[in-house]
Amino acid sequence: MSAAAATPSRTAPLLPMLVRQTYAEFIKLFRVPAFSTTSIVLPSMFYAFIGLGQAKQLMGRSGVTFGEYFLASMALYGVANVMVLGFGISLANERGQKQDLLMQSTPLRAPVYFVAKTLSALAIALLALIALSLLAYFAGGAHLTSSQWMTLFARSMICAIPFVGLGFALGYIAGPNSAPAVTNLIYLPTAFASGLFFPLALLPVFLQNLAPYLPLYRGANLVWDSVGAPTSGGSLSQDWLYMGVYTIAFFALALWAYRRDQSRKFN
Amino acid sequence: MTTAAVELIGASKRYGEVQALTGVSFRIDPGEVVAMLGPNGAGKTTSISLMLGTRRPTSGHVRLFGLDPKDVRARSRIGVMLQESGVPGMLRVDEIVDLFRSYYPAPLSTTDAIRMAGLEQKTRSLVKDLSGGQRQRLYLALAVCGNPDTLFLDEPTVGMDVEGRRRFIEEIGELAAKGRTVLLTTHYLEEADQLARRVIVIDRGRLIADSTPAAIKARVAGRRIAFSMSTQPDPSQFTGLPLTSTQLEDHNVRLLTNEPESVLRELFRRGIDMQQLEVVGADLEEAFLAMTHGAEES
Repeated sequence: MSAAAATPSRTAPLLPMLVRQTYAEFIKLFRVPAFSTTSIVLPSMFYAFIGLGQAKQLMGRSGVTFGEYFLASMALYGVANVMVLGFGISLANERGQKQDLLMQSTPLRAPVYFVAKTLSALAIALLALIALSLLAYFAGGAHLTSSQWMTLFARSMICAIPFVGLGFALGYIAGPNSAPAVTNLIYLPTAFASGLFFPLALLPVFLQNLAPYLPLYRGANLVWDSVGAPTSGGSLSQDWLYMGVYTIAFFALALWAYRRDQSRKFN
Repeated sequence: MTTAAVELIGASKRYGEVQALTGVSFRIDPGEVVAMLGPNGAGKTTSISLMLGTRRPTSGHVRLFGLDPKDVRARSRIGVMLQESGVPGMLRVDEIVDLFRSYYPAPLSTTDAIRMAGLEQKTRSLVKDLSGGQRQRLYLALAVCGNPDTLFLDEPTVGMDVEGRRRFIEEIGELAAKGRTVLLTTHYLEEADQLARRVIVIDRGRLIADSTPAAIKARVAGRRIAFSMSTQPDPSQFTGLPLTSTQLEDHNVRLLTNEPESVLRELFRRGIDMQQLEVVGADLEEAFLAMTHGAEES
């Protein structure tokens, strides 16, 4: 029997597996128009409705136009939207169809699956960001310096990370039928309360008091700052700190939800 | 002694209050083709889940190639078709086969895997557009694409028509002829008979038989005598008869026996009033019922 351990057992290399899985996850998302269209087009549509009409208006004494300021708002909104919806709803659906059952009995590693899902959602987010930027540049007259563009893109994508965790958590907590409702119920009001659609000063006072504790508000400060718009209250390092804490909290929640789901189904 | 492809040692599984499997032991050697038979809810799927490591036994041990079934090295050598598992509908057949190939160290080519499953006509179709039978074929393609040593097929012919089932059985037979180990679960005794030289019967979580298809058939080859009576049947009317099972429901009587002639002779002699009398071959569900009753008595 000792020969058992000596049996030549090989496993597949991880990098090609990750590449294949990422590609598959990307086309899975991309081919669902309900997801890809809303994710890629929605931020641009909001920009056209709300931002274009007053794009040239200056924001206070900063020299930043509303078109530039709202570009940053919608960049964050769009990126986080993909993460929450992309993960939340697609994961809940996959669990509902028992896709995890077959996956579990293949040699696919769980981390490869999660990294692939993250990368594919980031790719969709990047497409949304590019579409929005083209619109803002050509129609909204948002003329940022190249370093501002780079900072905006980099910060938007970094701010996606805590929402990856939130999306995973929702995907494992919500059922396939309730996932769209739950994610929208959480995400849309939070985006409003964080001042992404209307400046905070126009919102009720209790929301103004609540905003500093919301991750989207902290992310908004980071992207507003990247286009040179003034941010309200606190310092950038405080905003980064909040984002870090939210990242840890959301991933911890996601891990808990994942383990709970696994122990129910695969124990 | 070679390492068993699959080995269960006193494996039990309990889901909350439900005892799904009780002390099941058997080993399957490389190259064997084994059919696992049993009625619905007997514990076939639970047994498979334990062998695949997707479920942990409550007690006892399960080994795949001498390894923990959760071990990636063990999983890299198996292919699996599962009941009720889903696959992403928005991928094309060739895309999902390509994806699954990347999980295994020495896969077949995508074309070969699709051809073996008989899905050449549907290579570029989206998975969501496949019919039930085509979907089963896709699952077969996904099971074989890693070029596995051992195949686990849980109710592989469910949802197929007669012709599809016949072709499918032929293909599994070819895989077995190439030296692959195959474990399949099925409802159909004739499927087990065509493919396997060994049949394991599970009922109510217990292993009740492990032998050749011929021996199993001899044990379960029974006849069902069914009739209705104008009066309420009384169990005492059927005592002392060579029956393997007696079911009385309202005015209906269903008897299972291996000696239908002598049972009928005795029923007539006792003057039991029989209407709508039928004598037919027992179906598998009834045969299992008879077998388990036999097991309880012995």
